[in-house]
Amino acid sequence: METLTRSELLTDSTAIRQQFPILNRMVKGKPLVYLDNAATTQKPLAVIDALTHYYSHYNANIHRGIHSLAEEATAAFEATRDTVKEFIGAAHREEIIFTKGATEGINLVAYTWARKNIKAGDEILVSGMEHHSNIVPWQIIAGENGARVVPIPVLDDGTMDMSAFQRLLTKKTKLVAVVHASNSLGTINPVNSIVAQAHAVGAKVLVDGAQSTVHLSFDVQDMDCDFFVFSGHKVYGPTGSGALYGKKELLETMPVFHGGGEMIKEVSFEGTTYNELPYKYEAGTPNIADTIALKFALDFVNEIGKETIHQYEQGLLNYATDALEQIKGLKIIGKAPEKTSVISFIVDGVHPQDLGILLDNKGIAVRTGHHCTQPLMDRFGIPGTTRASFAMYTSYAEIDALTEGLERSIKTLL
Amino acid sequence: MAVRPTIEELEEEIVENFSLFDSWDEKYEYIIDLGKKLPALEAEHKKDENKVRGCQSTVWLVASYSDGLVHFKADSDAVIVKGLISMLIQVLSVHTPDEIIQAKLGFIDRIGMTTHLAQTRSNGLLSMVKQMKNFALAFKLQNESAKQ
Repeated sequence: METLTRSELLTDSTAIRQQFPILNRMVKGKPLVYLDNAATTQKPLAVIDALTHYYSHYNANIHRGIHSLAEEATAAFEATRDTVKEFIGAAHREEIIFTKGATEGINLVAYTWARKNIKAGDEILVSGMEHHSNIVPWQIIAGENGARVVPIPVLDDGTMDMSAFQRLLTKKTKLVAVVHASNSLGTINPVNSIVAQAHAVGAKVLVDGAQSTVHLSFDVQDMDCDFFVFSGHKVYGPTGSGALYGKKELLETMPVFHGGGEMIKEVSFEGTTYNELPYKYEAGTPNIADTIALKFALDFVNEIGKETIHQYEQGLLNYATDALEQIKGLKIIGKAPEKTSVISFIVDGVHPQDLGILLDNKGIAVRTGHHCTQPLMDRFGIPGTTRASFAMYTSYAEIDALTEGLERSIKTLL
Repeated sequence: MAVRPTIEELEEEIVENFSLFDSWDEKYEYIIDLGKKLPALEAEHKKDENKVRGCQSTVWLVASYSDGLVHFKADSDAVIVKGLISMLIQVLSVHTPDEIIQAKLGFIDRIGMTTHLAQTRSNGLLSMVKQMKNFALAFKLQNESAKQ
């Protein structure tokens, strides 16, 4: 990493690419062009090495052990908590609850805070561009408690209808659950404004940061959201790692989630008392290795700098948008003024699945389908899109390969 | 009555056709061509109950039974999948229920389709085969109960 400078990243992704061994592989006899970063990002050597090092040198169960290995593992595990706290700008380390990803974080809030606080007749507002994982948990709790999940409409350009949001916000609104950046469209939602307006009617706000954490600079204190979730594997970290952030005063008063070891203070058959934050929500042996390695992913991002990465990715986005718009019959779905480096598109007379198969045959990995946002696809009257999503290691040459691959595939299909 | 080719003979034809191609680009072009040539299904058949589950694209499959033989017709909104169905129809259509049920369909593997395509569960090739065999089984059972 010491060879890497900011200017190198901005002018040439080669130095960065060397840190990601998978990018050297061939697919179907061609060099891999990995453009499915919104699904998961590839892992830098630092992360891969951290995993190997943990299992080779200090694998032990954490928190309880008195021996050296347990202490080393505990220190590394807790170091990730400090890094996550800084990365998202939380006020306190105990506001960071480790989860296996964004989905688990949302479910944790649904089954604890929402189950207790959402009552019959209450409303949970979600945007029309939510991932299924930020819809279904609320439907489950709303169904149990006699509440309603109400969608906030999405406009033609793929932005949230803010005036509709204002109309839908009422005293009945107890929670607004909204995605920071859309996985399907790339739209960046004005979360600060959403939080402020929701708080004005007394509603809590959960922000789904699954797609934003890797791309955007932000601070949960500045955002003032009540809950924030993200997945480690979408920020160059291992699968099965992630965190839920919650304001301390909320987490302290919420009921427990999973019962088991670690989350208790004392257990007896007369009654059990629970551990303090954050351990209250971390029952059982956690995902130690992947959580430890997550720190290495976040350090990697910090070392290059989120602003630098953002600038580079915005350059890629603009370049790719211009190039794809030249392709006859291609229509980009989602043209919000503020976007992460995600492009979803449809092509006249061409099924996304056919495009995906032919691009794969050229070594190009894109995502096709509804991207777990069926209500959003219904909103646009389409069954799905083809989605290309870029990361810090995506090169301009790869975008050229995508453009050329698309042109050739479309020609073959039509 | 003309001698019907067996399922194995029809499979062999497809394998021979594929052996002419050097690259997957050519194989896909061939499959796409088959897809384009397969006649579109009449609108009245394009209903939910004829949809094959397990496909990322929409696949409609209908079967009819006459003179002891099963006939298949199908369509899809995706052309590669349509080409795949076209091959399945080419092999399985106009056979007895027993022949269809017992078909091993080794050609799918032999033309490299299982390693190249079916790994992406989305194409639903296996779902289509299963659905075609289910139709054959249903006609067989219908046939047996009619005889009793």
